[in-house]
Amino acid sequence: MTFRWFYTLPLRLRSFFRRKQVDLELEDELRDHLEQQIKENVAAGMSSEEAGYSALRALGGMTQIEQQCRDARGGSVIENLVQDLRYGFRQLCRCPAFSSLAILCLTLGIGANTAVFSWIEGILFRPYPAVAHQERLLAVGGTARGESGGTLISWLDFLDLQGSCTLCDTFFVSKITGSTLNIGDHAEITTGSIVSANYFDAIGVHPLLGRGFAPGEDVGSNAHPVAVISYQLWRNRFKGDPQIVGKTQPLNNVPHTIIGVAPEGFYGTFVGWVMNFWVPASMEETFESGGYKLQDRGARWIEAYVRLKPGVTRAQAQEEISAITARLENSYSATNRGRSIRLWPLWQTPFNNAGTLLPTLEIMLAVGAFVLLIACANVGNLLLVRSFARRREMTIRLAIGASRTRLLKQLLTEGLILSTLGAAGGLLVAYWCRHALVLLLPTRSGVAMYLPGEIDWRVMSLSAGISLIATLIVGLVPGFQTRNINLAGALKVESTGVVGAPGTTWVRSGLVVFQVCLSFVLVVGAALLLQSLQKIRTTSPGFSTRNVVQTGVSLISAGYDVQHAKTFQEELLARVRALPGVESAAFARVTPLGYGTYSSTPIAVDGYQPPLEEQPAVDYNQVSPGYFATLGVPLLSGREFTRADDENAALVVIVNQTMVARYWRDQDPIDRRLQVKGRWVRVIGVAADSKYESMRESPKPFFYVPLLQDFVRGPALYIRSAQPLQSISAALLREVHALDGNLALYEMITLQEQVDRSTSPQLVAVTLVSILGGLALLLAAIGLYGVMSYAVAQANRELGLRMALGAGAADLFRRVISRGLRLTAVGVFCGAAAGLALTRLFGKLLYNVSPNDPLAFASAVAVMTMTSVAACLLPAWRATRTDPARVLRD
Amino acid sequence: MSRPSDLVQGTLDMLILKILALEPLNGWAVSKRLKQMSSDVLGVSDGSLYPALHKLEHRGWITAHWKPSGSNRRAKFYSLTRLGRKQLEKEAAEWNRLSDAISGIVKLKEA
Repeated sequence: MTFRWFYTLPLRLRSFFRRKQVDLELEDELRDHLEQQIKENVAAGMSSEEAGYSALRALGGMTQIEQQCRDARGGSVIENLVQDLRYGFRQLCRCPAFSSLAILCLTLGIGANTAVFSWIEGILFRPYPAVAHQERLLAVGGTARGESGGTLISWLDFLDLQGSCTLCDTFFVSKITGSTLNIGDHAEITTGSIVSANYFDAIGVHPLLGRGFAPGEDVGSNAHPVAVISYQLWRNRFKGDPQIVGKTQPLNNVPHTIIGVAPEGFYGTFVGWVMNFWVPASMEETFESGGYKLQDRGARWIEAYVRLKPGVTRAQAQEEISAITARLENSYSATNRGRSIRLWPLWQTPFNNAGTLLPTLEIMLAVGAFVLLIACANVGNLLLVRSFARRREMTIRLAIGASRTRLLKQLLTEGLILSTLGAAGGLLVAYWCRHALVLLLPTRSGVAMYLPGEIDWRVMSLSAGISLIATLIVGLVPGFQTRNINLAGALKVESTGVVGAPGTTWVRSGLVVFQVCLSFVLVVGAALLLQSLQKIRTTSPGFSTRNVVQTGVSLISAGYDVQHAKTFQEELLARVRALPGVESAAFARVTPLGYGTYSSTPIAVDGYQPPLEEQPAVDYNQVSPGYFATLGVPLLSGREFTRADDENAALVVIVNQTMVARYWRDQDPIDRRLQVKGRWVRVIGVAADSKYESMRESPKPFFYVPLLQDFVRGPALYIRSAQPLQSISAALLREVHALDGNLALYEMITLQEQVDRSTSPQLVAVTLVSILGGLALLLAAIGLYGVMSYAVAQANRELGLRMALGAGAADLFRRVISRGLRLTAVGVFCGAAAGLALTRLFGKLLYNVSPNDPLAFASAVAVMTMTSVAACLLPAWRATRTDPARVLRD
Repeated sequence: MSRPSDLVQGTLDMLILKILALEPLNGWAVSKRLKQMSSDVLGVSDGSLYPALHKLEHRGWITAHWKPSGSNRRAKFYSLTRLGRKQLEKEAAEWNRLSDAISGIVKLKEA
């Protein structure tokens, strides 16, 4: 009945805030009654004195009535709450050690969760600071029939979608790229985006200075060399020059006019990396390898986003987009057969760090919940111990008339104080940890990482929610105990316990078993991830990771045309091969496991009939002679590419094992024909399978073409040498500068580093789960320690008796430890059962490790056992120090 | 604490609501009316009247206003709210049901 509040709320507030006034009114009312009664009594013939007494007697005493009226008013709800809060604070201050331990536990539990929430908010749900209406943004990616992974989409397809989608507010492109920035004498590589002209309007970001792109600036070939730069670039590199708009700055050696400066706090639209400049799509050739792609429907290179109209669901929009792509497939079957376009929620964006961090953050949500439960169990346990200590107090309060509900409210209030302080601490923890994810990822030169946790009202209300749950748990556990208070019994001296006596402490033991169970699951999870990481790191990627380095030369930025680049690359390769200590060197367009995307082509194979409606497409790489020797990819049959396989020779390819298995049914394909991009080529070799895009991928068909037959400028350079990185780098720079002093080297890293970078999401997962698993273990150990020390303290008398009757210290020690281990064993047993069901959640993060891997479970048992022995050591030692004489005397 | 018997305790609220349903009154008048109407049988003490009035007020069933009373002073007058009227109907119906049942039993002829 909401209506009732209309009458009662003002009264309650009034009786709380204007208590004096209300009391005066009550007095008036009663005095009025008395006077009337006296008048009546006098009229009935009493003396005035007698009449007064009689009236007062009839009323039953002013003070009592006033108190009863106050009680009846029930306005005491607020009064009681204030009283409870004050009392609760006093209680908590009385045992500072207990309170700080409880608050610490809750801080860790709530903090872990808040940090995870804030990462999910800041990285997955609202990853783009300053961008409007992110809740309606979706990522747009392509799919190909018969392939599992996503692809990018072509510019022409994008324009068609933009033109015909009615459910979409706006469609825009944001494709990551990089450029060398030369400002003054300082050169550095930085990241930026190639965007559609509507970009800044679409995301609702207004440049601080100057303007965004004008319609039409994304049309043409190298037609509009204009750029918007980021606030931090403007501040740091251009010293905040207020006259910056209109100045020119070379980007990839093409002078661009700076037309605007983005506002502070806008980092672009690529999860994980900070973007420092934006150029329109018409400048694509300057930044992308592979030539002019704006007119090529087969060139799928852009990363796009869409914002839906309000109220439109993803499914509705997807339906419309699918209809459009089906039309495109009909009209342009040569390029679009089997191709479709898919909308992804931002947190599943396939082309940035959101997708790679998603499985980890999902797991962290579950792990965080576990840690919170363990922390709550701990605090509940602590409160329970104290509620035993406060049994007398509770009993006395019950005996003098407090209701059990009132006691329960009191306990809940204390829980509320604890969890509110814990939540405040938790927010602080989350705030400190908001940039922690960046620390776990490997740095790369030229890229500023940005993976912030976002603490907004949603995160705050979630953490307020979980602290309320925590309040209920920690408050109700001891409250539950007040049910059993037997007034008469409890007022007598408290009973003495026996170590391991059943029944007496089952709630607390239950809580410890629960904690051990949960932390066991987390330890198993951490062990599984660790094992998986180790497997990934020890799995051979199919190429050698030792003694090979990769780098590149900034030929595109330096404005080399194809002919100059050919000559330069040839000369450089010859010079590098001649360097002392260099075994071999080679070029390739795309580095394995790097961010670059392979070219993909539809193929046809003599004698292979593809299933209907499927256009087999295979990724390939352009490599120079010596590639297989340099990277250590074994050739199983046939020969490597040579200098003779150039643009004038017959077209040749080297295919991998999986391709042989799929298209030639494992028969020797040497000298067989293959159609690539509409031209027939001859297979001259078979290379072993290796990892191409990710360490976790399963073997897939792949082939190589000679670089000279499908030339690209500025490919990656690989050098095999036993020399240290620095000396190779220095020698290479000398050779490059001998050819052209204006060229810069890209970052040089070992292939091992490359593999490590590509497996960094696994490292993040292992680190985070291990940290929280360790935390859980610590909390569980504290819980076990608490239960055991309390049990030992309670059983003082029993221990003393046993000693007096001849039990040795070792016996008592063993007794306590074995009691602790029994609790642990039950917990581990439950944990193992839960683990068998729950570790499947880790599936997505595991590589070649079964979620029920026995080694992980066994090591978790060992860890739990050691932890619980450690937790029981101190209580057990204390048990052996029992002084029988003193105990028996007391 | 001087409290009437349990039966009366349960019905005191209803009686007060009924009296106030007829006209708004102050505490003294309610007390007089109670005594008149129940012919002093119920013996409601003034001591339990005022807490009951305050309780009803805080449940939203009656509301109070300060009005000048006859003898040149202010008095607190209680009147029924809409909620109180509903409550009265409910309690009266309940009471009728209960008293019918009881009187039915009491009137049974002993064998």
